[in-house]
Amino acid sequence: MTSPQPRIGVLRFPGTCDDRDALWALAALDAEAIFVWHTETRLPDLDAVVLPGGFSYGDYLRCGAIARFAPALEAVAAFAAEGGLVLGICNGFQILCEAGLLPGVLRRNESLSFVCRDVPLVVERTDTPFTSRCDEGERLTIPVKHGEGCWFADDALYDELEANRQIVLRYAEPVNGSRNDVAGVVNERGNVMGLMPHPEHAVDPLLGSADGALILSSLVEAARDRALAAV
Amino acid sequence: MKATVLVRPKHGILDPQGQAVETSLRQLGFAVGEARVGRVVDLEVESNDPAGARAEVERMCEQLLANPLIESYEIELAETPGD
Repeated sequence: MTSPQPRIGVLRFPGTCDDRDALWALAALDAEAIFVWHTETRLPDLDAVVLPGGFSYGDYLRCGAIARFAPALEAVAAFAAEGGLVLGICNGFQILCEAGLLPGVLRRNESLSFVCRDVPLVVERTDTPFTSRCDEGERLTIPVKHGEGCWFADDALYDELEANRQIVLRYAEPVNGSRNDVAGVVNERGNVMGLMPHPEHAVDPLLGSADGALILSSLVEAARDRALAAV
Repeated sequence: MKATVLVRPKHGILDPQGQAVETSLRQLGFAVGEARVGRVVDLEVESNDPAGARAEVERMCEQLLANPLIESYEIELAETPGD
């Protein structure tokens, strides 16, 4: 029996702009990737969900604050509650934080400037479905492009996240003022992750780096395991 | 009733927007200490009962208008003229 292609949904909101790159990258890494429109109240049969980057609903009020009320997001919350794999990239990360599926909040960059460049990252944890193909302490180069990527948690929350090992990626240099250079976190259960860098923009050396493929192929592999387990 | 919601960055939270405003005001020659930038939301609430209206606006703040991790809010109520 050949291993099945996992089915991964890419959520689209009005204002999403990295959906095609995410779809392309996941397909290139051997997943069956399909779009899911924000008005869907039920998700199709999926092995994982990706919330891509962009400016959902114009990012009015606070980034991600409106998108969290989209019908499809309720379906994503139910999917996550059952242990489904969810990855939020950039605006997707902001939405998951606003929805309470991930800890903390993304604020305006400390510099007040939009940051758009390749950044060095350090992998803090490899026992997650999103980083299994990385080595602990490995340095990755993945681009960021955001104006509101400054992750914040108060002291009590931050200590709790450290104790639970929920910090998965850190910037290896200051990028946006994020607390303790946090670039990516998981929920306590470990099935929902958010990160500000864009792995879907770094899946081929022609793009400057293929390190993003390590994150996305970890997800594809974990989704495939779930698909196999469900057969 | 009319409700005005004032959303502010919580005390102790870094406010880079406020810092930029502060710097600009100083460059213009104004003697300012600290500047912090928040947001105002003006609402018309259907209820004419102040207590009920306040409770409803509080729920709006908790659910959408403010993020309790980083923002505090204040609610002011006023009767709509003609009510």
